[in-house]
Amino acid sequence: MNVESEHFSVTGGDFARAGAISIRVKKALSNLGLPRCVIRKVAVVVFEAEANIISYATEGEINYIISDDHIEIHIDDRGQGIPDLSMALREGYSTADEVVRGMGFGAGMGLPNMRRYSDEFQIESKVDQGTSIRSIIYLHGGENE
Amino acid sequence: MKLSEIGALLQAEVVIGCQDDLEIKTAFAVDLMSDALAYAKPGCILLTGLITPQTVRTAYALDLAAIMVCRGKVAPDDAVKVAEELDIPMMRTSYIMFEACGRLYQAGMVGCIEAVNRCER
Repeated sequence: MNVESEHFSVTGGDFARAGAISIRVKKALSNLGLPRCVIRKVAVVVFEAEANIISYATEGEINYIISDDHIEIHIDDRGQGIPDLSMALREGYSTADEVVRGMGFGAGMGLPNMRRYSDEFQIESKVDQGTSIRSIIYLHGGENE
Repeated sequence: MKLSEIGALLQAEVVIGCQDDLEIKTAFAVDLMSDALAYAKPGCILLTGLITPQTVRTAYALDLAAIMVCRGKVAPDDAVKVAEELDIPMMRTSYIMFEACGRLYQAGMVGCIEAVNRCER
């Protein structure tokens, strides 16, 4: 399979499918023969992105584009947005409900995990509109994890 | 330590994916999948009391070797199906997580990380 970019739609509240896109992305990148550590970082970022959209947004999209030296992941959702980004990026801070926590998520690690596994990470959010995240993972020589 | 030895130590039953000769050197024990995504390392066995399709997908995303379900929890059919599809061995033990970890540690298994360095958090 020769995949250089892919696009996925995520529906808010679709808890049963959380992690399914991560699996598809991981399989596609594995078929391209990319380094395992790179694939794992992308898989984690996409997994947490799915969990976040499903838990907090009405709907969203996840895209990734592979270039010569990095993979760029774009995550855009429409929904409640994040009022305080600095708090949301703190480990342990969470506004998740019991359904999300019952899945093993919503412990305040989602955004910190995405940032941890990204070599470059940018996030913007507007309350009652949504959140946009750009994560870049280097194909060679990334420093994180 | 082979997966079959881990199973014997914990008197575990195979739920899916019998891979007796699979060599596993490290473990991570957690019910919070976000913590697994943060700290678990490739190749370790995941001991958990939370078994859902998301647990199995987490193990797959991280290249974990196997899942040991603790406290005698019965894995739901959808989680077993995902494990089968992703070829991730799953076992089940009646031991509580503390006891399961203790028995593995006593037999030479170590954590995939020893502690979380606060400076890196």
